[in-house]
Amino acid sequence: MDGQLLKFLLHDQIREIRAIDPTMTVLEYLRNVERLTGTKEGCAEGDCGACTVVLGELNGNALEYKAINSCIQFVPALHGKQLIAVEHLRQPDGKLHPVQQAMVDQHGSQCGFCTPGFVMSLFAMYRNGVDSSRTELDIGLSGNLCRCTGYAPIVRAANEVLPKNETDSFNQCEAETIARLKELDSTKSLSIQHNGYHCIVQTKISELKKYLASHPDSIIVAGATDVGLWVTKEHQELRKVVYVGGIRSLKKISFKNNYLNIGAAVTISEALPQLSKHFPDIYEMLIRFGSVQIRNSATVCGNIANGSPIGDLPPALIALGAKVVLESHKGKRTLDLEDFFIDYGKQNRHADEFVKEIKIPVHSSDCEFRVYKISKRYHQDISAVCGAFFIEITDARISRARICYGGMATTPKRAPNCEKALHNAIVEPAACGMAMEALQKDFSPITDFRGTSDYRMLTAMNLLRKFFLDISAEQRVSLREVSHA
Amino acid sequence: MLDHTRSEPATVRRPLPHDSAELHVSGEALYVDDLPEPQNLLHLAVALSPEACADIVSMNLDDVHSSPGVVAVLHSGNVPGTNDCSPTLGDDPVFADKQVHFAGQVLFAVAAESLAEARKACKRAQIEYQTKPAILTIEDAMEQKSWILEPTVLETGEAEKVLAESHNQLQGRLRTGGQDHFYLEGQIAMAVPHEAQSMQIYCSTQHPTEVQQLVAKVLGISFNGIIVEVRRMGGGFGGKETQAAQWACIAAIATRTTGRPAKLRLDRDTDMIATGKRHEFLFEYEVGFNEFGQIHALNAIMASNCGYSADLSGPINDRALLHIDNAYFFKHFKVVSYRCRTNTVSHTAFRGFGAPQAMMCIERIMDEVAAFINQDPVAIRRVNFYNKPIQNITPYKMRVTDFILFDLLKELNRTSKYQRRRKQIRAANQPGQILRKGIALTPVKFGISFTMTAFNQASALVHVYTDGSIHLNHGGTEMGQGLLIKVAQVVAEEFQVPLEQIKIAETNTSRVPNTSATAASSGSDMNGKAAQDAAQKIKQNLAVVASRLFHVTPQDVIFVNGRIVAGKQSISFQELVQETHRARIPLSATGHYRTPKIHWDRTKMSGRPFFYFGYGAAVSEVEIDTLTGEYRLVRVDILHDVGQSLNPAVDLGQVEGGFVQGAGWLTSEELWWDNTGVLRTHAPSTYKIPTCGDVPAEFFAKLWDKGRNREDSIYRSKAVGEPPFMLAISVYSAICDAISSVANYRTWPELDAPATPERILRAIHALKDMEYIA
Repeated sequence: MDGQLLKFLLHDQIREIRAIDPTMTVLEYLRNVERLTGTKEGCAEGDCGACTVVLGELNGNALEYKAINSCIQFVPALHGKQLIAVEHLRQPDGKLHPVQQAMVDQHGSQCGFCTPGFVMSLFAMYRNGVDSSRTELDIGLSGNLCRCTGYAPIVRAANEVLPKNETDSFNQCEAETIARLKELDSTKSLSIQHNGYHCIVQTKISELKKYLASHPDSIIVAGATDVGLWVTKEHQELRKVVYVGGIRSLKKISFKNNYLNIGAAVTISEALPQLSKHFPDIYEMLIRFGSVQIRNSATVCGNIANGSPIGDLPPALIALGAKVVLESHKGKRTLDLEDFFIDYGKQNRHADEFVKEIKIPVHSSDCEFRVYKISKRYHQDISAVCGAFFIEITDARISRARICYGGMATTPKRAPNCEKALHNAIVEPAACGMAMEALQKDFSPITDFRGTSDYRMLTAMNLLRKFFLDISAEQRVSLREVSHA
Repeated sequence: MLDHTRSEPATVRRPLPHDSAELHVSGEALYVDDLPEPQNLLHLAVALSPEACADIVSMNLDDVHSSPGVVAVLHSGNVPGTNDCSPTLGDDPVFADKQVHFAGQVLFAVAAESLAEARKACKRAQIEYQTKPAILTIEDAMEQKSWILEPTVLETGEAEKVLAESHNQLQGRLRTGGQDHFYLEGQIAMAVPHEAQSMQIYCSTQHPTEVQQLVAKVLGISFNGIIVEVRRMGGGFGGKETQAAQWACIAAIATRTTGRPAKLRLDRDTDMIATGKRHEFLFEYEVGFNEFGQIHALNAIMASNCGYSADLSGPINDRALLHIDNAYFFKHFKVVSYRCRTNTVSHTAFRGFGAPQAMMCIERIMDEVAAFINQDPVAIRRVNFYNKPIQNITPYKMRVTDFILFDLLKELNRTSKYQRRRKQIRAANQPGQILRKGIALTPVKFGISFTMTAFNQASALVHVYTDGSIHLNHGGTEMGQGLLIKVAQVVAEEFQVPLEQIKIAETNTSRVPNTSATAASSGSDMNGKAAQDAAQKIKQNLAVVASRLFHVTPQDVIFVNGRIVAGKQSISFQELVQETHRARIPLSATGHYRTPKIHWDRTKMSGRPFFYFGYGAAVSEVEIDTLTGEYRLVRVDILHDVGQSLNPAVDLGQVEGGFVQGAGWLTSEELWWDNTGVLRTHAPSTYKIPTCGDVPAEFFAKLWDKGRNREDSIYRSKAVGEPPFMLAISVYSAICDAISSVANYRTWPELDAPATPERILRAIHALKDMEYIA
């Protein structure tokens, strides 16, 4: 039997909601229903961070704090969680929270409109014990735009407060919060019907399969970082939504038979340590994938399932030879990831199927893998071109090459002519000239605001050259040295 | 009256936090959208034209009217007064009438019970257009002589003749892109009806008086029927000087039409599509110079894309003309300014107001001259600096008497180790290397005052209540720049009371009328002086009462540390206030200030348009990737002159923030219109302002400790809002330097702004095509 009450903690207050538009965003809920107006709308697309709130989530017996963009997150996603907004940060004695006080002391606010979002990002970093190295700050704050300060005083505030890591009212109350979250009992599926909108928050795969069999017209949502925009930007009316983000068995990451398997509900943040461990070069891509707020919601599989030609992960995963597992009430099938993408907006997925997991082969050491993302801005931007390069080396020659690009075609696409040209080539920078030429037969990219056709082609070719220089390690070829600790 | 400048000030000069800092960080600061909503509030949304240039053949709004929740549909046919919200020439219709002039022009507005209903209804109109050829680029406009305002010439000497005779000449061309303000709080206004057709407007605007006037105009009533109030803006940067009015007008029309309060908040996309931006400029120039790099003559044209209407394009292009000299003396100078009318959104004020674009041109010229004669570009700049006694007249005949850049550069050179680092970088950039570094030092000289002389005035209203608390009002608006705290510091200093005793009121047109926009960096200069004037008037009254109590003359009375003292006698501020009230002497006063010494003859383009100049300089170091065109800002050193700062923390914030905003303009922020004139970069997903990671860890911004305004400004401080923006030109210049290394410094690369990775890569390849590199 489905539950009928959406239950969550608003800071320390239990909220039980029976009737609500299931596509109402958390931001709208805070501002219009709770009249908590500290959280702001700056863009309604999860890019500026003015709407940042923090979710307290149970992971076993531990409480984890995650900054998210409330502007593109729907209210049902709060089920079983703790929602913390900027208004909840003052300590019981009325004093500012240490992160708030540091922002005051270091003149971290000017117009103040982005400030609550920064405060919430800093609060999450404070609670999670993030170190205040500049690299970590740049990563942790890349989802918050400030137009006034130039970030310098905000960095100073972070440097002042993060190393302190003193107790605050949140960790003083942690045991109590955990107990109360457990009482909410979000293990059963939840069904919300309201004004012709229907939303199911699924908790079991078996029920999901059954549901999709009878409701193949449902929109499957995991992190809502893409689907959220259909509502906030395109004003689509999503009448039937099924949440898979809460299905425990889809939250699994496993390593079996030389495959890293990542379930459909695993967020980018959750996958990051394992992905970076097995494929160190993907780390830089991952920390540039959206922002912390996005990565805390967005899933690895969602980035595949939405079929975007400019998704960050598919080129890398295709180059690595990843497979995607689809499942429905009829059974399971496994595809090479590159075969999942048919054309722009068209994927090899039946309406009653869902992406269950992605399987990434972990290769032996005589392989080289690099992925490069080119965008106008380093952090939190969408690629103009993304190039992923994987080669197997036998006796100093390339025995296998898998080259995949994003932003060069209507889908993430391999470069067969280039791969052919590389076959049996000697692994040295001079060898890539033919392969660079061959790329021109593989792609005819478009011109848009992210780059002209010429630039995309030229960069795609140069990335191949960069790859060879990079693996030969003759000189530094990367502007930023970022590596997973 | 007491001259506090002789002793150490108690409140001014202190690095106090922003007055709203605690409210900001706690989420308790109220912006217009956060105000408690009146019970029967209507929500508004606007429908925009998808066409850039067309006649509206028919507009059927039946389905809009019948859409759920719709209460009223507003369009050009039902504006109660005049359908115009232009700040200048009367050429900005609130709602398009018969024609559309740009893609994004407002066609009509819907007032509905909810925001979602209003937005959905907007999509239901059936509109038929007859499209016409659109002028979309500066080049098209130049070819068709499509001007929004007549071309203007600034000329001195005989530039063309001297150029022709010059030994060394070079020609060039530069385009600088536009820029979206990207204030975090989008445009918003809420109208609340008062009795007898009057109305209060809560609006996020830098210019409440103009909003008041334009709302009165569209309603067809007198100014005194409208009160406009601004508590704070979530950022302005010039984007809420004229661009806020249209939304206030629409909210007011909705309120008049329905009798209900109405709120219009633009979503980010609508905001970016429908509101004006920084002007794109195109420069073509030629200069003649000697073997030391001293420029004899400059001959240039500057053409700007003004968009479909005049807005502030006149004064913006004038300011561009007045700043193309930047810090340099030109004996022979001729610049023609073309103000192009195109079928794009009407471009508007943005921090720097035309000056950044013009300075980009002259700084590029300095670099090109330096590359031409193979000299250090800083040496070339120094040779051309304004200098006593003969090199100190601007092309507009103003004498530069406060030039401090020689000293300032010396200091910056020392602290940044510019010379040494330049040598190291040049040595390190070796052939075959993928990553290249570049470094540049660029100076800024920026004129302070509105070129429109009448705007250089401000008023204030100060009340002292009988408990000693003080209520401070002035015409300046707070957009994050710290104006309110600075003016409050001035008033606290005057009264010698703690800052906490002063309540900073919201800006309200019924308390301080006929104000100028908070713009042109003039906010604290003018409102500080006006508030000081008001405070001094009250102090005079207090001093009279104190002198009677103490049996001394008012001149013997001094205000110090919360007390009023004459010899050994003293009384607390609060007691004296009460005595003054009992004596039936007023405790409230208005103050006024008009900037002295300035005069400007627009027809002759000559005079003294500026009270003084703000100065600064920056050194930027970058690294570029020659395979992809990507870049990274490695280190920045800034030394900026704010005179004797009213609040060094606030001023440093303006310097750092202005620089980063300028760096965004010149690097990652690219506005991209498609070939039908539709803006395709209209949200942060597609328009990229700097993030934290774009700011280098080595970011050393300092206020010049020797700074002191030679003019009698408020506490000898200097304006700081705009000048630091232009320090970012050093980033562009450093990128050019890095690219130049690819050609072994034999030439200076062609590079338009913004210097996106694509433009940088293209510049590198252009050098290859020119066979500067193998």
